[in-house]
Amino acid sequence: MKFSLAGAPHLPASRTVGEVMRDVIYALVPGILAYAWFFGIGVLVQILIAALAGLGFEYAMLRLRGRPVQPFLGDCSVLITAVLLALCLPPLMPWWATVLGMFFAVVVAKHLYGGLGHNLFNPAMVGYVVLLIAFPAQFTQWLPPRGLAESGLGATGALQAIFTGALPGGFHWDAVTQATPLDLIKTQTALNHTIPEIRQNPLFGDFGGRGWEWIANFYALGGVWLLWRRVISWRIPVAMIGSVILLSTPFWLMAPDVHPFPAQHVFSGGLVLGAFFVATDPVSASTTPRGRLIYAAGIGVLTLVIRRWGGYPDGVAFAVLLMNMAVPLIDTYTAPRIYGHPK
Amino acid sequence: MATVERARLWHFHGGIVMAHHKRLCTTEPIRAAALPGTLYVPLSQHEGQPAEPLVTAGDRVLKGQPIGAAGGWLSAPVHAPSSGKVRAVEDHAVPHPSGLPAPCIVIDTDGEDRWGEHAGIDWHSAEPETIRERLFESGVVGLGGATFPSHVKLTPGDDGPVHTLIVNGAECEPYIACDEMLMRERADDIVLGARVLQRACGATDILIAIEDLRPEIRESMERAVHADGGTDLKLALVPTVYPEGGEKQLIQVLTGLEVPAGGLPLDLGLVCMNVATAVAAYRAAEHGEPLISRIVSVTGQGIREPCNFEALIGTPLSELAAQAGGYGENVTRLIAGGPLMGFALASDQVPVTKATNCVLALRDEQVRRPQPQMPCIRCMECVRVCPAQLLPQQLYWHAEAHEFEKSRDLGLFDCIECGCCAMVCPSQIPLVDYYRFAKSELRAAEADRHRADHARRRHEARQARLARQEAEREQRLRKKKEALERRPRGDRQSEIRAAVARARAKKRDPGPD
Repeated sequence: MKFSLAGAPHLPASRTVGEVMRDVIYALVPGILAYAWFFGIGVLVQILIAALAGLGFEYAMLRLRGRPVQPFLGDCSVLITAVLLALCLPPLMPWWATVLGMFFAVVVAKHLYGGLGHNLFNPAMVGYVVLLIAFPAQFTQWLPPRGLAESGLGATGALQAIFTGALPGGFHWDAVTQATPLDLIKTQTALNHTIPEIRQNPLFGDFGGRGWEWIANFYALGGVWLLWRRVISWRIPVAMIGSVILLSTPFWLMAPDVHPFPAQHVFSGGLVLGAFFVATDPVSASTTPRGRLIYAAGIGVLTLVIRRWGGYPDGVAFAVLLMNMAVPLIDTYTAPRIYGHPK
Repeated sequence: MATVERARLWHFHGGIVMAHHKRLCTTEPIRAAALPGTLYVPLSQHEGQPAEPLVTAGDRVLKGQPIGAAGGWLSAPVHAPSSGKVRAVEDHAVPHPSGLPAPCIVIDTDGEDRWGEHAGIDWHSAEPETIRERLFESGVVGLGGATFPSHVKLTPGDDGPVHTLIVNGAECEPYIACDEMLMRERADDIVLGARVLQRACGATDILIAIEDLRPEIRESMERAVHADGGTDLKLALVPTVYPEGGEKQLIQVLTGLEVPAGGLPLDLGLVCMNVATAVAAYRAAEHGEPLISRIVSVTGQGIREPCNFEALIGTPLSELAAQAGGYGENVTRLIAGGPLMGFALASDQVPVTKATNCVLALRDEQVRRPQPQMPCIRCMECVRVCPAQLLPQQLYWHAEAHEFEKSRDLGLFDCIECGCCAMVCPSQIPLVDYYRFAKSELRAAEADRHRADHARRRHEARQARLARQEAEREQRLRKKKEALERRPRGDRQSEIRAAVARARAKKRDPGPD
């Protein structure tokens, strides 16, 4: 009798790359739904555009690089990039800008660096930062949350804005769009308003921005599910959020008029999304247990620094990219002590 | 008698808790395998030098008679597992990852199973050296899978005495249950064997480690330890986590100590032996029976009646499979060993060796699908499970790039090849294969370097010798010259005249030659 030959292990893997990636996408669903609930269907349209563009670029690059298409498209990693980029963009972002963002994410940041597993930078954050720097005007055009000065734009209006770049008759950009709470903090503190004064604005909720804080809660819910599924480990979310709280608390205690309180920091902008879904991207994160703590704490600290002193209202994306660069160094100096080696 | 409970133990990093499937083959007692018509006894069944054949075709052999002599200190002899006639000494298929045939002594059994002369020794009062000699003569090697010659392992080092003998009953790899059945049925022999081994290495204490998996093991082992009654003998219940049965991991769990990198348990005053090795040692010392049989789990969903056999070394696996009801439907994989560290066999026409603890037959739907290997996504699952606390993804990264030195600097040689990393890798990268490849490349490079160094040293020695001879010659010439120059000038003129006169005289009278 003849038997098949193969190396150990002989039993199937606990899970495959595709399964890991799909879990991440499932975990983002609550956050996406909350986003659509508070800010309209624009975000869903953005996800669709980004996903189609991403799959197209991924397919083209795989063909150009002579790599097998099926396993690499099937791993769903490009869909995560698409969703994360779309969640960072204003809901009415013109479609071509989203496609351009995906171009930089997939073609430049991912495939030109060697494809899955080889990219130094988080692809979604690269795409986002390129757009943020290239089209700053678009990033001032956010929508007000549900229950607050409803724009009345509706689904068709949003679609028209995304695909034609123009609002339906009777609507004006200034009337329809709003700044984000972090924008307000940035501009108003520069005008010497105190934080309690700024927070009087109806854009603010209990902790962070109105609506935004709830979306952050749902991101965190998905993140906890990923922790429970052991797709991500506790180190990065805990170190990133923990460092933000630890660093912002003394500043807030010393000068509560100038510095937002810690929960405001945590529940604003991209911090929760970043802590559970962006910084945890295994490819571009540190790979040692201690290194992951340092890497994530670095992102938290840089985010605060950029929010307070930088030129942009939120700093998560920049912080992630900066720490991505530091990963090889961190990994070199934080390798765990091997069994049997001197303590 | 005391049992050390889990709470008193340490733990090791990583590891995997997984379905053990041991119940498959533990429902019935150990069965004696039928005497096969032909035995294929490999000459190399142990770490170290292969044995040298002592018989030739046509020789009659008795059970237990040495048929292969140890090839050195790190080697072991082999013995005839039954009586019969040597058919040939030739290459035959053996269970080896390479799949290559190896020298075997082929014996046609005569069915009488007649023992040669054998007698025990009084091991209770014998010198440790005498016991070790007896184990060496009996071909006793580690039966946990590593097959390291036991007499070598039991010889104390220069750095101090052995204080504790650890008897390893932690059989952590799924499916394998030969040690479990041994502990359930022959616990007294294990304890007696532990006493033999204790005397052989001079250990003051004995710690028998068993897994907390099954109450039956605990009951029978506690009974045996109780019957022994010694206060220097303790039983420790360890949690069932793969690879707990690895020597380094077990030592860490039991003592909280780590075997130093590149060192041995002896450096900590410890010796670690498998339970089956203890029984083999007992039989060799008490009855003079060499190691000619072992317990083999023949199991897996691909076997109709999984069970444990006591089988003679050299028994073809096909005969064991047939006695276990044969193969079931859709069997595609036959494995020597367990599903994590075992290797696939192309055929069952290979013999049981001292290393064969398990023959595992898996059905098609159970085995890992062959599928394209994905790139490493640095998910750190391998880091989480690695019991050596390595960074497996970094070792792989450099091994794949053929930067073997970098892999070595990251602890490649601290890898115990347990396969945890490859088991959990979502990209299905055969990580251990990469590490073995890198290790063999480094060893080959090391051997090359050694040869080159040797040649260079010889060349340099020759150059130095030539230079020395040249220097000596020059010095001789210089001394001669100086001696000449030191003489007064007039003398030299008269000497020249004398020499010219001598030459003229010689010219006139050429002399006898």
